[in-house]
Amino acid sequence: MPDNNKTSIVVFSGDMDKVFAGFLIATGAAASGMEVSMFFTFWGLKAIQKGSLTGKGLLGRMIGLMNRGGIERVGPSRFNFGGIGRWLFKKMMRDKNVVGLSELLETAIDLDVKLYACKMSMDVMEIAEEDLIDEVSGFMGVAGYIKEASESDVTLFI
Amino acid sequence: MQADRVEDYRGQLCPMPIVNMARAIKKMEAGQVLEIWADDEGAHADVPAWCEKTGNEFLGEQESGDYIQYFVKKTT
Repeated sequence: MPDNNKTSIVVFSGDMDKVFAGFLIATGAAASGMEVSMFFTFWGLKAIQKGSLTGKGLLGRMIGLMNRGGIERVGPSRFNFGGIGRWLFKKMMRDKNVVGLSELLETAIDLDVKLYACKMSMDVMEIAEEDLIDEVSGFMGVAGYIKEASESDVTLFI
Repeated sequence: MQADRVEDYRGQLCPMPIVNMARAIKKMEAGQVLEIWADDEGAHADVPAWCEKTGNEFLGEQESGDYIQYFVKKTT
C-alpha cells in the first residue's frame, strides 16, 4: 500500500481543458503537501514545449507545424473552431479571474511539481530536448513511470 | 479570533486560495494562526480538507458579508 504521499499524473492530452485540469490537480496536491510528478506524453508534450518549430524529416516537420507546441497554444477539446474557441474560453476564464495556464504552470513549478517528458513520443514526433521548456526535470520511459505510480497514493491519466 | 497573519484571497478562484494559503503557512511558525479571506465557494470545502490532509488545525470560519474568514492554526 503506497504511503509516500505522492501524486502521479500522466498528461496524454494536449487539450487546454484537460491540461488545465492536470495542472490544477497537480498544484492542489502540491499545496496539500504531496510530492507530485507529471508525465507528459504524446499530445501532452505540447504543454511543456517552448513553442519552437519541431521536426527533422518531412512528416516530423509537418506535425510540428500543425501541432505546434507551447502552453498557450493548446485549445479546448471541443468547440475549438480553429482557435476561436480557445480565445473564447480564455476570455471567459479571464473575466471570472481564473488563473491562466502559463501562470498555473509557473505555480506548479514553484511548488516543486516535477515535469517529466516521455522520450519515446518525443522521438516519434521528432521533438528535441531543446524544444522543451528548461524546467523539465528529466525524461522517462514506461518503467520509470510505473515505478513512480506504484509508489503514489494518487495516480491519474489525463 | 486573533490571527498572527491575515491574507486576502477575495477574487481568487481554485486552486489559488489553497496554493497561496499553503505558501503563507510555510512562512509561519508552528502554533501561529493564519486568517484568510476568500469569497470562492470552492474554498469552503477546500480549507478544512487541506487542513485534514496536511495535519494543520482548522479553527473555524466566520461569515463577513460577501466573503468568509477562515482561521487555520499551523501545527507542524
